[in-house]
Amino acid sequence: MRFGRACLLILLLGFGLYVGCSGAHAASLDEALSHFAADDFDQTEIGINEVAASGSPRAEIILRALQNDQLMFSAARKTVYIQDDSGKLFDAATGEPAAGAPPDDLDNVRINNRLRGTIEAALGTLTLLSKDADTRFKAAQAVFKSHEASALPTLEKAIAQEANSSVKLAMEQARAAIFLNMPGVSDAQKLAAIAMLRHRGDQDALALLADIPSHESPQVARAALDAIQAIQTRLAEWDVVQDAWYGISLGSVLLLAAIGLAITFGVMGVINMAHGEMVMLGAYVTFFVQEAIRRYDPALFDYSLAIALPLAFLFSGIIGILIERSIIRFLYGRPLETLLATWGLSLVLQQAVRTIFGPDNRNVGNPSFMSGAFNLGGITITYNRLWIVCFALVVFVALIGLLRLTRLGLEMRAVTQNRAMAASMGIRTSRIDALTFGLGSGIAGIAGVALSQIDNVSPNLGQGYIIDSFMVVVFGGVGNLWGTLVGAFSLGIANKFLEPYAGAVLGKIAILVLIILFIQKRPRGLFALKGRAVEA
Amino acid sequence: MRSGSHRLIRSLDRGSAVFLAAMVAIMVGVPLLNLLVPPTSPFHISTYLVALFGKYACYALLALSIDLIWGYCGILSLGHGAFFALGGYAMGMYLMRQIGTRGVYANPILPDFMVFLNWRELPIAWYGFQHFAYAALMVVLVPGVLAFVFGWFAFRSRVTGVYLSIITQALTYALMLGFFRNNFGFGGNNGLTDFKDILGFNVEAETTRAALFSISCLAVIFGFLACRAIVASKLGKVLIAIRDAEARTRFLGYRVESYKLFVFTLSACMAGIAGALYVPQVGIINPSEFAPGNSIEAVIWVAVGGRGTLAGAVIGAVLVNYAKTFFTSGFLAPYWLYMLGGLFILVTLLLPRGVVGSLHHWSALRRDRTSAAAEDGVTEPAPAE
Repeated sequence: MRFGRACLLILLLGFGLYVGCSGAHAASLDEALSHFAADDFDQTEIGINEVAASGSPRAEIILRALQNDQLMFSAARKTVYIQDDSGKLFDAATGEPAAGAPPDDLDNVRINNRLRGTIEAALGTLTLLSKDADTRFKAAQAVFKSHEASALPTLEKAIAQEANSSVKLAMEQARAAIFLNMPGVSDAQKLAAIAMLRHRGDQDALALLADIPSHESPQVARAALDAIQAIQTRLAEWDVVQDAWYGISLGSVLLLAAIGLAITFGVMGVINMAHGEMVMLGAYVTFFVQEAIRRYDPALFDYSLAIALPLAFLFSGIIGILIERSIIRFLYGRPLETLLATWGLSLVLQQAVRTIFGPDNRNVGNPSFMSGAFNLGGITITYNRLWIVCFALVVFVALIGLLRLTRLGLEMRAVTQNRAMAASMGIRTSRIDALTFGLGSGIAGIAGVALSQIDNVSPNLGQGYIIDSFMVVVFGGVGNLWGTLVGAFSLGIANKFLEPYAGAVLGKIAILVLIILFIQKRPRGLFALKGRAVEA
Repeated sequence: MRSGSHRLIRSLDRGSAVFLAAMVAIMVGVPLLNLLVPPTSPFHISTYLVALFGKYACYALLALSIDLIWGYCGILSLGHGAFFALGGYAMGMYLMRQIGTRGVYANPILPDFMVFLNWRELPIAWYGFQHFAYAALMVVLVPGVLAFVFGWFAFRSRVTGVYLSIITQALTYALMLGFFRNNFGFGGNNGLTDFKDILGFNVEAETTRAALFSISCLAVIFGFLACRAIVASKLGKVLIAIRDAEARTRFLGYRVESYKLFVFTLSACMAGIAGALYVPQVGIINPSEFAPGNSIEAVIWVAVGGRGTLAGAVIGAVLVNYAKTFFTSGFLAPYWLYMLGGLFILVTLLLPRGVVGSLHHWSALRRDRTSAAAEDGVTEPAPAE
């Protein structure tokens, strides 16, 4: 109850309203504040610790102001002020608006990096007792990082009254970190601390254990070494999991980029070098939708992707149909010329986007459900990557369904397998050609919506994917969507597993070389079509 | 020998003779107009233009090398820029070693960028490049060996058509990524530059530039004659047969992959020479020469000029690059990519034979119409896929 009132008090004071303070607090706080007026880093440090120890409800406000360069002092008047964003001055000790004209020698209380650390640690101990579990957790983490012995009394108090188990664990880990670096702690306590850190088992724990002072007893030193080894093994295992996840994530991106190509190149046999630009157009549609939402109805922002998806599909799809009708249909049966013409088209589209939107990267925001991350064991998974993996699989399944189950899919497959026969059966092949190409381009467009969440939206967005996408389709086997799926994920995972050994660039080169060698063995890809369709 | 030269001369039709005469005239005329005519005269050609034309000549040789494999053997390489750049790097390495103590760090052995990267000794790949003969050998050998190994794998497993195009594009892309890295040992993304002299002559000097221009023209002429000799020979007939009906040629007992491998390797060597002549004239070689876009652009020069017409490749290279110079230097610069992209589309849609090819075609049509006797007159077969 008292605590709640203190919070309220802080709130009120923060707005600069005058609320009476108890005299005792003010006295010790005044003493602490006087250190800030000395304009000396060592004095300021004493000041920070004394403010934190004063127990005053003003302490947090003062420290935050100091952190943000808003704490001012006047050496002449020996007073310390807080300046808010509008430039108004408030007395630091009481929170009252400062009376009269501002003093002439008003100056910032200067801080350096060492002091910033001290402030962080001081704030950490202050917020350890916060009412909000999340704040307490963050405070415990901050203490863990700083492992300042001065935080120990507050920490002990916080641990004693903590009810939330995960926060309590974080606090105990913070205490372990302090014990490990504090002189005069018994070996038993140190061993318990090492066990605690070993349990935590992340890079930070490893760094703490590695920094352990050399003059420890052999028992402690051995325990620390064991813990280091255990943590390293564990981290290596998690690294494999993390690489696999990155690989799956990259694979889903490749799948999205390549799946439209699998339709136009794989099913129709049309080399569309402008495929990457269809992806780019989809990303720009997302940008355009978000801009419109920002301007007219910001509340809809979380739905921006849902709105952009159909629009991107339609826009890229219609552009695709136009391309098919105006260029590609004249070049059927001449794949090399199709390649050149569509390359030219990609240059035109890029330049058109550059003319309209400018050459710079455009800012496409993440809706709230796509931002942030969560921890799964020892790895961090960001929501946008997770959603993109799911999205890629959904698109894949939808496309398979479309080709297998709908009338349009049936006609597409018929035209692909035997054009003359399909035409004899009354299928309008030219219409199917246009629709198939439009479908492939439309899927590229929705891939662009997804990629706008993780990549820079610029006119060059598509270029980065075109070679990779072709590799996926060629590797997986032309004319087979399952091949594209397997191709995308195996290339993605192989790429990420090679990266730690060879570096990002050499890894990529190695993959290209491996694909070239692979094609020697299986010129028609992993899942080659069999039968007459191959030669058609 | 005599019969060989006879065959060569007989292989020259009137168009080729005119082309060669024009090339010789340019080769001799441009340096003369640059060096002997005073700058005040309206006939003077500035050194800037000489360097520009020299660049075009190198591009023309690259276009010839592409025309040889694409126009006559149906191999569309989208990675020929890689061979061009490798030749350029070989020459650039020689020029770097020639700088010696005149570099910023004045190290007699290590080029500046290595000193900057704190390297102690010369990487093995750089050994021998202080000798011009060795560098000249590497200019031909490195692209040639790469093309041979690559082609051996690709043609043996019958990777053809667009698959080959995409793999060649991946090849140049991979090389670009590699050369962009500092620890690859070739100057990273800055490439090689600040050249001082070549064979003891200052690369910046007017006379050196004029000489380089003439040598580039000479290279184009020799390249043209070599290609001409090949396409006119029996080997050339087999190449055209492969282009038009690969499977049938194989069934007739020809080892298609050997023919392809030979012509692909030769073409890569030509591209390497073009790159080597290019570098001293532009004064820099950097990894962006490996960019896939460059290689595709070179293909469009050939398409514009007319593939399967060697002179057309040269003319196309000069035409497109002149247009590029013209458009990218003024207020029209933002429209150049529209132009280039439009060129790709329009040429493939409306002018599939290219400029020279279409001229051939029209004159052949006219001859057909005028000579009543030529009912089944043999016109040059249009290049097919």
